[in-house]
Amino acid sequence: MKAQKKLNTFVTTTFEQALKKAKQFDSKPNFNQLLPGIPLAVKDLFCTDGIKTTAGSNILNNFVPSYESTVTKNLWNNGAFLLGKLNCDEFAMGSSNETSYYGNVINPIGDKLVPGGSSGGSSSALAADLTPATIGTDTGGSIRQPASFTGTVGLKPTYGLCSRWGIVAFASSLDQAGPMTKNITDCAIMLEAMSGFDEKDSTSINRKKELYSRNLNDNIKGLKIGIPKEYRVDKMPKEIDELWEKGKKILKNLGVQLIDISLPHTKYALPTYYIVAPAEASSNLARYDGVRYGYRSQKGKDLIEMYENTRSEGFGDEVKRRILIGTYVLSSGYYDAYYLKAQKVRQLIKKDFDENFSKVDAILTPSTPSSAFKIGEKTNDPVSMYLNDIFTVPANLAGLPALSLPAGSDKKGYPLGLQLIGKSLDEQKILNIGYAFEKNCGFKNEIKKWWL
Amino acid sequence: MSLDKEKIKHIAKLARISVDEANVESLTKDLNSIFKFIEQLEELNTDKVEPLSSLLNQSLRSRKDQINDGGIREKILKNSPKENEEFFVVPKVVE
Amino acid sequence: MSTEKFNYFINGEKGKYEVIIGLEVHAQVLSSSKLFSGSSTKFGAKPNNQVSLIDSAFPGMLPVINEECVKQAVRTGLGLNAKINNFSVFDRKNYFYADLPQGYQISQYKNPIVGEGKVFLDMPYGSKEIGIERLHLEQDAGKSIHDMDPSNTYVDLNRSGIALMEIVSKPDLRSPDEVNAYIKKLRTIMRYLGTCDGNMQEGSLRADVNVSVRKLGDKKFGTRCEIKNVNSIKFMQMAIEYEASRQVEVLEEGKRIDQETRLFDTKKNETRSMRSKEDAHDYRYFPDPDLLPLKIEQKLVDDLKKSLPELPDNKKERFIKDYGLTSYEANVLVSEKEISDYYEEVAKLSDKKLAATWMMGDLFAMLNDKGFNITKSPISAKHFAELVKSIKSGEISGRIAKEVFEIMVESGDNPKKIIESKGMKQQSDPKELEKMINEILTKNKDKVDQYKAGKEKLFGFFVGQVMKLSGGKANPQLTNEILKKLLKG
Repeated sequence: MKAQKKLNTFVTTTFEQALKKAKQFDSKPNFNQLLPGIPLAVKDLFCTDGIKTTAGSNILNNFVPSYESTVTKNLWNNGAFLLGKLNCDEFAMGSSNETSYYGNVINPIGDKLVPGGSSGGSSSALAADLTPATIGTDTGGSIRQPASFTGTVGLKPTYGLCSRWGIVAFASSLDQAGPMTKNITDCAIMLEAMSGFDEKDSTSINRKKELYSRNLNDNIKGLKIGIPKEYRVDKMPKEIDELWEKGKKILKNLGVQLIDISLPHTKYALPTYYIVAPAEASSNLARYDGVRYGYRSQKGKDLIEMYENTRSEGFGDEVKRRILIGTYVLSSGYYDAYYLKAQKVRQLIKKDFDENFSKVDAILTPSTPSSAFKIGEKTNDPVSMYLNDIFTVPANLAGLPALSLPAGSDKKGYPLGLQLIGKSLDEQKILNIGYAFEKNCGFKNEIKKWWL
Repeated sequence: MSLDKEKIKHIAKLARISVDEANVESLTKDLNSIFKFIEQLEELNTDKVEPLSSLLNQSLRSRKDQINDGGIREKILKNSPKENEEFFVVPKVVE
Repeated sequence: MSTEKFNYFINGEKGKYEVIIGLEVHAQVLSSSKLFSGSSTKFGAKPNNQVSLIDSAFPGMLPVINEECVKQAVRTGLGLNAKINNFSVFDRKNYFYADLPQGYQISQYKNPIVGEGKVFLDMPYGSKEIGIERLHLEQDAGKSIHDMDPSNTYVDLNRSGIALMEIVSKPDLRSPDEVNAYIKKLRTIMRYLGTCDGNMQEGSLRADVNVSVRKLGDKKFGTRCEIKNVNSIKFMQMAIEYEASRQVEVLEEGKRIDQETRLFDTKKNETRSMRSKEDAHDYRYFPDPDLLPLKIEQKLVDDLKKSLPELPDNKKERFIKDYGLTSYEANVLVSEKEISDYYEEVAKLSDKKLAATWMMGDLFAMLNDKGFNITKSPISAKHFAELVKSIKSGEISGRIAKEVFEIMVESGDNPKKIIESKGMKQQSDPKELEKMINEILTKNKDKVDQYKAGKEKLFGFFVGQVMKLSGGKANPQLTNEILKKLLKG
């Protein structure tokens, strides 16, 4: 509870319920499950039956779903139970967890440091051992960037691998739920438990379930890994470059063949993302109108004023900013110049990957262009905040699986991550590479429990 | 393309978000810097590129025409800020 | 074909104006469940009782398309002689309204499921082709109820998410009469196909009407106004008449028409501007990222095509060719599939031409009178055929037939039985008739003399006497012949 106060990771706790479930499990233990009796806290973007679900927003402050998201249901069906709902950026829009209506989350790495975002409550709780594993959602890096900032493992699966049903939507063509864990083995187990075809999601991929944990294998000899030259950006700290070099060396020693590749449209990924994601969000968030659930402003004389006041009071600044960007890029006269253009560039970005994946098995890049920054450091400059996702966004635009691995730390001792991007539905391979990497990296996340 | 205050007010109206004068000022600044960043895309020629229509290489899956949902009025109305036993209730629409 | 000429123009002081009309018809798809959810589409349920979490747009809810709605759209497209697009896309049309829970309507914008087609109208001045621009699938909205409470609006989402087909015509219509014929034709085609019940009272068929006017002879279209959501043919016609005259007035005053959305006030019989909808014009359409493009295999289209029922235009041709009906008769008899089925059953068993005459006369009058649909007819097709047969064979006269018909309506009995039991059979035995006529002529000797002296008008009197004496059962033709013969002698 102390940790909760200092780190502000939970929006809602369900400890009592969890205790009951734990007792139930103990009285009749069943270890033939993937997650036997394991309590899990999850990002507060997953709708949970009978448990308040806020998406980090005031507009859903009092919202209690009568349904359970497919992904969380899959976890419970595999033996886990709910420990609580974790803080996140409002509607998953943010890279530092500073946009949450429920306050900043603190990175256990150090007081005053952000835990990354938008799954900041998840990364912080995981790193602080408040949950043994967790799940987040990743639209432009919201799993991988916080994982990198907290020295944990985060995987964004292939678009369509995990059902989006029952997850509060941010940008439908980019959103994917994924595991956040302490190590690769846990990551494989969690992915195995949460993924799978769902007929309620039209974008869910219908295929046989893979046994990621059973098939985990650290023999990666002979694999070809691409090193894209475009991921060396201006003003990137030297430490990131050194980390990347370190990663390459480790993989090389494991018998991997490194191949220099080019993904020429990388620099356009972030601008593309900041058209596509807000456009979809502006439409996805139109349902928060104060009519059927959530916050309703009491100000205003008619329906239209009720809408305007509800949405103005219910949404925070970043969300409003993105709704306005999205509304603008779709509006009459601007659609072709922005939205359509962005979808064309997205095609080019996807092609870059497609072409290279005929030559390589996976791609290695840094996860983020910096380590965790201080609370308030970037809040006044949205673009500098957005630049945090520069390395993670391309995988979302192309729908590819991408894994962030803890790989080292900077001078200040803040952790840094490396990213492995895989072919579509090739989660097993990047997990295997990650598995071998983990064993040979020698990085250990050192966190003093200063908040206790 | 630079966004002026009037344009921003218009977009806010479309998005049903009320903005007051004080907000418009800072919004104008923020949005213009974001759009300056976004407009890097202009340097790229995409005349011959097809826009991406879907990440998934499959057709839309359909379901059978069966009634297996609905009849849950209580659940539907339960979270409503204002309702009666049968309807959602909103302030009068002024046509 | 009639020689009547098209003649619908608005006469202004500065000349004659032509009225240009295009329709966007919203037809509710016949399906058990909604377009993207499994809730029922049945009409008349308690408020909000046919609403799922998807229809009420709860967070994280996702649409999954109903395969039957897709098939219904394809069938309708085929019935409209239209191109079926093997690739189509669902878009979001964004706007805020209390009865639009998602804040957008899932519709189709740039890539509709059905492309160009055409329908043919039978007008008094000949056949007229009306182009179909497109047909697309979309979700219906819920219902806002404004009159239950002075300060609040009540929202019922039962209709929210029901599948609609929007059928957009080309601006080929030129008069309220053509609009009437067009709507009826669409309705007939869809009812034949079983894709829409066409029930206008229940809102299964509604239309937005685009109206513009131009000076007769002008090539360029005028600025159009869109009259939203008109739910009966009569109101459409009234709205068009009002709107066309209004536009002519504006033009004659030297002013310009504003392109705008208008509302038809059924109480005042006028259209008025809907300013509140103006800013909603920017719908910000974009492809729905929750759905994938809809790819329809040609095989499905071919299979559906093969299984289509005979459509009204083809049936009409066949009725004219095979049954010797006039174009008018055939038109009436194919207007509803059930009517044509009834007719064909009757025609199979009796005289085709006489069956048509009697159906369109007495049967329709009776059904109309009782407010019955033909499927609810108290007279079965089989019995009706018996009746026609009896008339044709001369067993009963037309007048008696009307009596038999009345009894059939009341009792539902077989006409044979009625004729038999009530002794209504026509007297067609020449010997019997001759005997009867001789009796009458003897009784009215004076009149016979007058007739023979040249007062031939009296012939009718003798016929009347025969009918009276026979209780109306004397075969009129035979009576005439015998009378003539005996009066000569």
